[in-house]
Amino acid sequence: MVDKIIIENLSLQYSDGTESLRGVSMEIRQNAVTVLFGPAGGGKSTLLRCLNRLNDLTEVKASSGRILIDGENILDPKTDVIALRRKVGMVFARPVTLPMSIRENIIYGLELMGEKRKSKLDEAVERSLKLSAIWDEIKDRLDEPAIALSGGQQQRVCLARVLALQPEIVLLDEPTSGLDPISTGKVEAALLELKKEYTVILVPHSVQQAARTADHAAFFLTGELIEYGDGKTLFTNPKQKKTEDYVMGRFG
Amino acid sequence: MEKSLSWREFIITRLIQASGYSAILFVALIFFFLLREGLPTLSEVDASSLLNFRWYPIESYFGILPLITGSLVVTLGAALIAVPFGIGTAVYISEIAPRWMREILKPLVELLGGLPSVVLGFLGILVLSPFLRVFLDLPTGLTAFTGSLLLGGIAVPTVVSVAEDALDSVPRAYREGAWALGATKWQTIWRVTLPAAKSGVLTAVMLGVGRAIGETMTVMMVTGNAPVLATSLGSLFSPVRTMTATIAAEMGEVANGSTHYHVLFFIGMVLFIISLVVNVIASSVVFRAKKRAERILS
Repeated sequence: MVDKIIIENLSLQYSDGTESLRGVSMEIRQNAVTVLFGPAGGGKSTLLRCLNRLNDLTEVKASSGRILIDGENILDPKTDVIALRRKVGMVFARPVTLPMSIRENIIYGLELMGEKRKSKLDEAVERSLKLSAIWDEIKDRLDEPAIALSGGQQQRVCLARVLALQPEIVLLDEPTSGLDPISTGKVEAALLELKKEYTVILVPHSVQQAARTADHAAFFLTGELIEYGDGKTLFTNPKQKKTEDYVMGRFG
Repeated sequence: MEKSLSWREFIITRLIQASGYSAILFVALIFFFLLREGLPTLSEVDASSLLNFRWYPIESYFGILPLITGSLVVTLGAALIAVPFGIGTAVYISEIAPRWMREILKPLVELLGGLPSVVLGFLGILVLSPFLRVFLDLPTGLTAFTGSLLLGGIAVPTVVSVAEDALDSVPRAYREGAWALGATKWQTIWRVTLPAAKSGVLTAVMLGVGRAIGETMTVMMVTGNAPVLATSLGSLFSPVRTMTATIAAEMGEVANGSTHYHVLFFIGMVLFIISLVVNVIASSVVFRAKKRAERILS
């Protein structure tokens, strides 16, 4: 297994002082689902947003440490952020379809890159919708506004939109928090397919989902990485008392 | 105790209700008054001379066309200035400016909106029009263009503050969605944020135009007040007279109940209808947007 991402001693503080990361170090493997879990305010989303530098656009007071993706420190000010975000795709908690048709949503990122060939675009639409396990449901209505789809469908369209860019890493921030169990099952099934090609990092919306999906799991509490290891071991036989208490549902 | 409480409740509710109804009543009364004083025009002056291009009331020439075109030229010019400038400023404040800059700019813009128009007119006469006369080599600096520039300045704060509100209410998630796809800041603004705020921005434009068309003092001071029919683009650089300025300038000297007096009220009616149309369009756009927002949220 290759380490796709290496996080070294990462600390971060927002300017209003709320959520922060404290000295987080971890390696994230290629072609696996790595789950970041823990109670709210633990820094999971913050860490996720560091990986594609989306935090650049929020008010951050101080940050230190390094994040190496394929050996390059992406926190370096000289990093090409736009290229980074194409390589590191992100799906959000609330499905954010842009105010346009389904097809336009999917090819939006590609068009921004300057891709104009219709054959390429059509191919990307079909490939990414199939990967997101939604092609069969909507293949006949690609020109309808995306906002008309159900929440679960919208979320998979958002996933497809990210996949259309052929990223190497896919970040998912509680992608199923607003979805019913059937849609959730479909998204989780899509994740298992994804890891064959991509490095997947997931912030799950429950411990159960973490346990179901994790190849590797990291437990975060108030900005600190408490425990990190193989998914099965961590959920059945945690080493730290705090992890055990949380996994068993004694707090949270 | 119980009883006095419920009485108080009753009285307060009724007072609030009365003040709400009175707003409707006042508008209705104003409209009624306008109709009563303006409509006799139609029997005193025939339509053909009303739609003439000569406004010379002392000799009973009541052609209101030059006044209408005057208003339109000045307003159109003002809109051409205020819309791009206002939307640009709103985008800058809401999307690009750092927080400290935003906190300086927003109150400044609102302060500009509260500037009395006579002050702007004063600046127009003393500074802007002599400058334009020399710079553009015109016979006089008191032109429709001068009025447009100043009216544009008056409409900008309205456009900015309404458009900025609309942009601000676009969910942050839209922007993050676009950024996460590798969109640049400008691509996000142009292809996501602005389209999402479209209806609010349109309202801003309408309100700005409405503000410009009803403005009196400034245009009266700087447009030269010559009732000449605007026929071409060149009219922008010659003196014009607007409907508002005509009413303001002549109402004080007119004999009560005369034809001239009625025609002035008739002009007021036309103005009222124009701004009514602008407002109805603006609010129907807002209404549609609201319905769409409800659909999205449900």
